[in-house]
Amino acid sequence: MKLKLHIWRQTSQDAPGAFADYELDDVSPDMSFLEMLDVLNERLILDEQEPVVFDNDCREGICGACGMVINGHPHGPQKLTTTCQLHMRKFRDGDELWIEPWRAKAFPVLRDLMVDRSALDRIIEVGGYVSVNTGGVPDANAIPIGKGVADLSMDAAACIGCGACVAACPNASASLFTAAKITHLGVLPQGEIERNTRVQEMVAQMDEEAFGHCTNHGECDAACPKGISVDFIARMNRDFVRGVTREPITR
Amino acid sequence: MRRVLTLYSTTIGKKVVMAVTGILLVGFVLGHMIGNLKLYLPAHDGMAAIDHYGEGLRSFGAPFLAHGQFLWIARSVLILAVGLHIWSAISLKVRSNAARPIAYKRVAYEDSTLASRTMIWGGVLLLAFIVFHLLHFTTGTITPGFDFEHGAVFANVTGGFSNVGVAIFYIVAMVALAMHLYHGVWSMLQTLGANHPRYNSWRKKLALAIAIIVAVANISFPVAVLTGLVG
Repeated sequence: MKLKLHIWRQTSQDAPGAFADYELDDVSPDMSFLEMLDVLNERLILDEQEPVVFDNDCREGICGACGMVINGHPHGPQKLTTTCQLHMRKFRDGDELWIEPWRAKAFPVLRDLMVDRSALDRIIEVGGYVSVNTGGVPDANAIPIGKGVADLSMDAAACIGCGACVAACPNASASLFTAAKITHLGVLPQGEIERNTRVQEMVAQMDEEAFGHCTNHGECDAACPKGISVDFIARMNRDFVRGVTREPITR
Repeated sequence: MRRVLTLYSTTIGKKVVMAVTGILLVGFVLGHMIGNLKLYLPAHDGMAAIDHYGEGLRSFGAPFLAHGQFLWIARSVLILAVGLHIWSAISLKVRSNAARPIAYKRVAYEDSTLASRTMIWGGVLLLAFIVFHLLHFTTGTITPGFDFEHGAVFANVTGGFSNVGVAIFYIVAMVALAMHLYHGVWSMLQTLGANHPRYNSWRKKLALAIAIIVAVANISFPVAVLTGLVG
């Protein structure tokens, strides 16, 4: 199949970027989206041009490294799918694709389609952990956890931290990411101890990283390749008010 | 003081302020609409039902409250609520505008609605409407096409809406209000963490019901006056 590509090219964080146009004539519908870009890059290298830089790692949809906005959809138009798991059969012969990096002040473009997502790591750093006493390894299943709670925690833990929620949000808010991480730990007995302070630390860090606020559009939920629900954001909001009133932190 | 500052200094705290003031304002809108419906009740004691209602609001709380005092208490609370609502909205909007300095070339919306994306502009229109509405029916400063008389609610309403331009502005503002309520009611429940699998499917239905009821009832007044059903 033939494709017309408009890809965001930017040589460095401070350089101005622009769209560059490419045409591919022989794209197999069985290729993944990243394989299609690999083919383009091989051609660019042979033509002695700079290949398009994009993040990727596992190419199995589980690591959260890849991600680009394709025709306005983070990770492309297919639901519950990362860019690496998106296949070219989802597009039509002759399609015109606009490929952009995640756009957010908190995610500066490093090069082309690669952005710096360490803002998300810093949110994790301030509260995305549970404190465990040192000593012998605890027995497995020593702490009984109900099925409903375990499922809720696992649903939240499905977040791979790709940043598609930020990319999709009209306010570039990281609320869905932060809410998922807060819930993942906060609903379990191991994480209950730091529940009040964790939510405050992580929300305050989220604000410091220049993400926008949540206006409950629901775009994050729709774009999330792991199907994380906005219900977690409601839970984060409730936990935050609870934390601020019961155990306020100084920051 | 530290607690309050901590809450309000964060984006979630500002959203909580918007939600709590939002509840007050939704309550007011519903109460105001119910009061307005007295336009349709028959007159008694030689006075329109809605004029009795207006006088009732002024003498509410007597003898504990002096004449008109209840109204001023309610107005103070509402002005404070509107002020906090707007202040939070602006400070959050400034923030979210800065959060995406370079816009996307292609935007494809999925779950957001026209209502959710126009909250700030709907809010601006509603503020303009509220100012006009107060000058029109409360103070009687702007009275195109009729003579305003304090306390004569029925005469003022029928006179005010006999001006087609004014009536159309009211109708447009009520459509904007309905959109604002549709997203706002759901959004405020979400912000306050009112989220439970058993009730979640009802939240958007509740928001839609409030939006439709308020819009239909309030739009009916100018329409009733213009078509001659009332007056």
